[in-house]
Amino acid sequence: MSLDPTIGNFESALLAQLDAAHNLARWLVHNDQDAQDVVQEACIKALRSANSYRGGDFRSWFLAIVRNTSFTLLTRKKNSQGSNTQQIQDAGNDLAADSELYDPQEIAIRSADADLLRRAIASLPAVLREALVLREMEGLSYKEIGKIAGVPIGTVMSRLARGRTQLQSLLMKMEKA
Amino acid sequence: MTCAEIDRLLHAYVDDELDIATALQIELHLPGCAKCRAQVEAARVIKTAVAQPTIYFPAPADLRSRIQKAILAEKQASTPVENSTGTIHLWRRPIARLAIAAMLLLVIGSIYLLSTRDSGQNQIAELVDSHVRSLEASHLLDVESTDQHTVKPWFAGKLNFSPPVVDLSQEGFPLIGGRLDCLNQQKIAALIFRRNKHTINLFIWPGETSAATDTKQGFNLIRFECKGMICWAVSDLNTGELQQFVELFQQQKPASTRN
Repeated sequence: MSLDPTIGNFESALLAQLDAAHNLARWLVHNDQDAQDVVQEACIKALRSANSYRGGDFRSWFLAIVRNTSFTLLTRKKNSQGSNTQQIQDAGNDLAADSELYDPQEIAIRSADADLLRRAIASLPAVLREALVLREMEGLSYKEIGKIAGVPIGTVMSRLARGRTQLQSLLMKMEKA
Repeated sequence: MTCAEIDRLLHAYVDDELDIATALQIELHLPGCAKCRAQVEAARVIKTAVAQPTIYFPAPADLRSRIQKAILAEKQASTPVENSTGTIHLWRRPIARLAIAAMLLLVIGSIYLLSTRDSGQNQIAELVDSHVRSLEASHLLDVESTDQHTVKPWFAGKLNFSPPVVDLSQEGFPLIGGRLDCLNQQKIAALIFRRNKHTINLFIWPGETSAATDTKQGFNLIRFECKGMICWAVSDLNTGELQQFVELFQQQKPASTRN
């Protein structure tokens, strides 16, 4: 998407990505109020750094700001709440490796339970969750996801692989509500 | 391909992010291997599950209006406050107007110069990134062939231009294949050559250009025009040999398409 660098266009480009921004923030920070604050803060940041936008993919540029704002908020919260929080941007904090093979049909049945699916995704480490959200919900390419998360394409590939494998075992092991 | 190798690549496979040759190897393996088939199937089930709209969080309606207001407030805050007190309105004097106009021209001119220089630098950075990516991932080649008559027709239908393809193996720069690449949302051709252990990516798209050289992150880049195409050669090869490659490429008669 090439963009005329006038404020009007910039603003409508921002608003066009609002759903994607909110969805990403909501999946990263886990609650409605924080997600809305993150999106608003990210929009203002984007507006202020509009002159540093160098053309190219606007969506990736903006979602990177949303993503970084989300992680900043999580870190801030973690620091203020002491040790009593879940893991944040900690790629090393994966669940125990689960090499078990599950029946795809069983996975499909359990993932039809939206509540269970939501809780399972929410339990994934943040960087794996982020990769899954950007890939499956926004349909971004590995290249775009790498740009947003600031990692090489190979890392995107392994995060998606780990994210999907862990999600499978979470779905199979978590209690239904 | 073994099951272990497939295990490593199967998510990139279901995401359609593998080069054609590797994807094909996986497709050849799957019919004979129930375990790998189940894993591919499970990955697809997970993909579909996460993509379902019921678990998406669209922006609430009031967030949209809240943000529009915040943007408006931000714009007003960044616009200087109008001068309503009795200070001198400099801009009302003709000479001051001229001076302001001249200053504006200067500013706009330098912004223009800076931005064009920036976009050139951006392009170089993107080409180097693309070169590096082609080395690290399995995405070096889409069509693997040392035959220019295979590589050139492969691009037909994938690009709206036909890049010049030559094999320089006689001269010590064997052609090893081609790849589709992307630069500023434009599809471009990449030809891959080898020189001993070094890889040369030659990026090609239509346009006019002048010769130029650059160095970035230890990679050498040479730009030239060939048959109405802009060409960038990128490699860790030394400047002398890369220049030799460019000269040889320009001298060669490209393959005529053979069906």
